[in-house]
Amino acid sequence: MPSRKQYRPDQPSLLMRFGAFAGLAFMHIPVFIIILYAFTTEERTFEFPPPGLTLHWFSVAFGRSDIWQSLTLSLGVAACATAIALVLGTLSAFALARARFPAKDSLTALFVLPIALPGIITGIALLAAMKLARLDPSFFTIVAGHATFCTVIVYNNVIARLRRLPPSWVEASMDLGADGTQTLRYVLLPQVATAFLAGGMLAFALSFDEVIVTIFTAGKERTLPIWFFNELFRPRDRPVTNVVAVIVIAVTFIPILLAYYLTRPDDEHETAR
Amino acid sequence: MTLRAASTFLYRRPYWYLALLLVPPLLWFGTVYLGSLFALLAQSFYAIDEFTAQVVRQPTLATYKQLVTQPANVDIVLRTLTMAIAVTIACALIALPIAMYMARYARGRMKAFFYVGVMLPMWTSYLVKVYAWRLLLAKEGIIAWVLGKLGLMGLLDAALEAPGIGGPSLSSSYIGMFIVFVYMWLPFMILPMAAALERVPGSLLQASADLGARPGQTFRNVVLPLAIPGIAAGSVFTFSLTLGDYIIPSVVGAPGYFIGMMVYVQQGTAGNIPLAAAFSVVPIVLIFIYLSIAKRFGAFDAL
Repeated sequence: MPSRKQYRPDQPSLLMRFGAFAGLAFMHIPVFIIILYAFTTEERTFEFPPPGLTLHWFSVAFGRSDIWQSLTLSLGVAACATAIALVLGTLSAFALARARFPAKDSLTALFVLPIALPGIITGIALLAAMKLARLDPSFFTIVAGHATFCTVIVYNNVIARLRRLPPSWVEASMDLGADGTQTLRYVLLPQVATAFLAGGMLAFALSFDEVIVTIFTAGKERTLPIWFFNELFRPRDRPVTNVVAVIVIAVTFIPILLAYYLTRPDDEHETAR
Repeated sequence: MTLRAASTFLYRRPYWYLALLLVPPLLWFGTVYLGSLFALLAQSFYAIDEFTAQVVRQPTLATYKQLVTQPANVDIVLRTLTMAIAVTIACALIALPIAMYMARYARGRMKAFFYVGVMLPMWTSYLVKVYAWRLLLAKEGIIAWVLGKLGLMGLLDAALEAPGIGGPSLSSSYIGMFIVFVYMWLPFMILPMAAALERVPGSLLQASADLGARPGQTFRNVVLPLAIPGIAAGSVFTFSLTLGDYIIPSVVGAPGYFIGMMVYVQQGTAGNIPLAAAFSVVPIVLIFIYLSIAKRFGAFDAL
């Protein structure tokens, strides 16, 4: 009898397993490289492997006032943009989660447009508007740009949770005599809270890191990514740039990991379907 | 008591409730976002006075005429479009095994490992990643070092000598730019694809196997068609992000311009906001065309 390989649907083929792990490695190598380069003793070239390792550049970076200024500005912008986004994103998610009304589809499209269109469009559009309105770039124009796409992130997170929530829960709550505010407080909000938090974390991380829109709206203000962008074309401060890269990675990783654990699907329930 | 009355009032009148919720976000999006988009459109119908270098605020099609009739500008659009399509296809191919593995085979901890493993690089600072690729692609950088150790330097040189896509080093060639683009947008393809594959019921695969299909046949005839909406959804991101990017083409540079760079340069050093605006209308149009195609493949059901 000719031996035919038995088909086991629960086992991936060797090729797929290799593709999956190689792909995952491909996504992580650049991040590790950056972390490694923050400790290199070589100042001028990108020589690999690094000739030696040192912590010297961290102390240099911490002594630089321009980095501190940019860092404070970025944190301030991210905090303001996240606050606005949490309000606007949650309101729109509550409005669009269940209701049916004419123009709902166009509204849904409008709320995802800032991330469906490339960032440069948002950036140049804001700049064009600022020029027409003769508005000077400032902290507030940066926040206005960031709040727009951050709203989309919060909206996506909250609406995904609301859609998973069975509508019968709200009805049950009302049938049992709760009024609207009680239902909101005891049924809806506890369910949405983690998605709300996760959306806020992601919005914060996104804003902290944003450069494409910010370049158009910032004028002379220098957020940390803009500082970094300028350094890319000016190799003088290369070791300090490496250190800032590691700081940026550290600042964004924490909210993102938290957001993942707040919204991760319950694995056992998901696979038992 | 008044709160209760108010909430009951709103529960009975869903449109009032909706209006109350929607007014603040709509005000914001209507003025800040849509307002800006209209301002952009308006600017694209202005033109710049060549002598004074001032924007003349009178509606004209001169800027669009300049965009369409100058061959250099048409080249820029075609170059960007080609890159966006190539990057989208490559992302789909690389993402497929990863998405398949994380959605259908990995369980428990391994699954979490893969999801976190895709999400972390996706959310890692965009600029830091671009910067990392500069280090990787540099002449004395890591890729050259690894290839040298493996004795494959000849391969790299041969690739760089290829007409049209080559260059003096990886960091100044279209090949290098293509690699960076694929790297940057890969997670945006993996996640929607994995989400679509998660929804394929396992019973369908078993049925296909029971009916005598080999794994390859099951993949082609059952899994792939069901993954199409996810691929379409992911491709919207890879396509749109490549079309608009101006930082990667300027950091990992080949000589030719891309749409995003043109927008950036025209608004900045050239001070020609009308031409920058007209140039940015091009990706908007291309993306709307792309979205209408992707919609037919069910991209919006998979988002």
